[in-house]
Amino acid sequence: MSAPTAVLFDVPGPRARARNAVAGVVTLAVVAALVVFIIVRLAVTGQFDADVWEWVLYENVQLALLDGLWNTLRAFASGAVLALVFGAVFALGRLSDHAWLRRIATFVVEAFRAVPLVVLMFIFYYGMPSIGVTVTTYAAVVLGLTLYNGSVLAEVFRAGVLAVPRGQSEAAYALGLRKSGVMRFVLLPQGVRSMLPSIVSQLVVLLKDSALGFLILYPELLFQAQFLGSNAALNSPLIPVAMVVAVIYIALCLMLSALASWLERRTRRSPTAIAVAAERPDDA
Amino acid sequence: MDVLLDNLNQFLTRFGGTIGLFVLSAIASLVLGVLLAALRVSPVPAMRAVGTGYVTLLRNTPLTLVLFFFALGFPRIFFDLPFFVLAVIGLSLYTAAFVCETVRGGISTVPEGQAEAARALGLAFLPTLTLVVLPQAVRTVVPPLTSVQIALLKNTTVAAGFSVFEAGGFYRAVNEQGGSTLVALLWVALGFVILVVPLTVLQRRLEKRWSVAR
Repeated sequence: MSAPTAVLFDVPGPRARARNAVAGVVTLAVVAALVVFIIVRLAVTGQFDADVWEWVLYENVQLALLDGLWNTLRAFASGAVLALVFGAVFALGRLSDHAWLRRIATFVVEAFRAVPLVVLMFIFYYGMPSIGVTVTTYAAVVLGLTLYNGSVLAEVFRAGVLAVPRGQSEAAYALGLRKSGVMRFVLLPQGVRSMLPSIVSQLVVLLKDSALGFLILYPELLFQAQFLGSNAALNSPLIPVAMVVAVIYIALCLMLSALASWLERRTRRSPTAIAVAAERPDDA
Repeated sequence: MDVLLDNLNQFLTRFGGTIGLFVLSAIASLVLGVLLAALRVSPVPAMRAVGTGYVTLLRNTPLTLVLFFFALGFPRIFFDLPFFVLAVIGLSLYTAAFVCETVRGGISTVPEGQAEAARALGLAFLPTLTLVVLPQAVRTVVPPLTSVQIALLKNTTVAAGFSVFEAGGFYRAVNEQGGSTLVALLWVALGFVILVVPLTVLQRRLEKRWSVAR
């Protein structure tokens, strides 16, 4: 229990304890009822029958799911690397001393943050062919992920660099470092360190967004789920496959999120790190 | 320009669908998110656990997966509903997790002394929360809540992948008429910029005006 909420109520006395116990039991009962209801509905509609789970045994289906997982991870990895590069470049642009460079970078970052990622992917995949440029689904997904998340990351990097106390850059200039040196040796290392949790949570967003590839038929996990799920020879096991895919997706995201919160705890514990007012990009 | 003017009716109807989806989901997610935040700060451990579990689960699920379940799974397991309703439910459930985290973050920015003073005056948990802490938390919470809702507005396009009533599906209508898909999509992008920019400006202004409060 974190400190600020602990003062919202007293340490419960005997009557409050009894009341809280009742409230706790009621809460658990409501949640249990909801879960049981869902499970019953799943059972009634035959989602637990053996014949819709038979696909688990087929090697081709297993390979198809592994292929989907590989495609998801591939899009995530290339998107993440490119978005970090894009973000770094445009953060530097926004921090530049030249007004024209600043203006261009600001425009690009704001524009790509305002356009929905789905529309970006549609533009690359469905739009580009009408001017004669064919883009593969993989390239469309990676480009979309890079431009959108790169723009968000640019803002994160910028906030990190701006959060480094002024004295740091003044001291560095006083030592005779040039602009690039101040940025490389003093501002970036400290800024990136304080922003590491935010950067990793943005990567969680990127991983989640890679599922949008489903909408342009990029063969990632969800696409495989629908593809296998509509296969009549396997008794159309849409919901069973979707359940498995959901578990994989959520497990991947949870692992990355755990990394982010571990980094955040470590930063908070560290005596030398700059306390940045947890500016986490809550953009879904 | 022709692509837009020839299909202006379509364009406006679809953006109407987007805005309808956004407004309904925004209201539902705000209500649900505040309730979840109340659960997460409540004195009852079971309630806190339920709130935390919900938020952790939904924040780590891709929205596409949520809508996939509601579009394709829900009718098979429960009963048929129009996709518009299913999309509102899916978007609200997803966004509520983010609203909850933002509201909870706002509650923890209110100085401890405020809650302590309220406790010293003899106020119970609910009056402390509703009369002292929440009114102050609202000031810090509204700007980030606006970002969450902007994200929701953009997320409504994910619904376009499953159905046609929404702005993201405009290119299909144009394509059927033989128009340029690219131009149609660029118009949709511009439409979103026009919707998002005023919200961003509003958010910046609220942030500036209210951040001096403390």
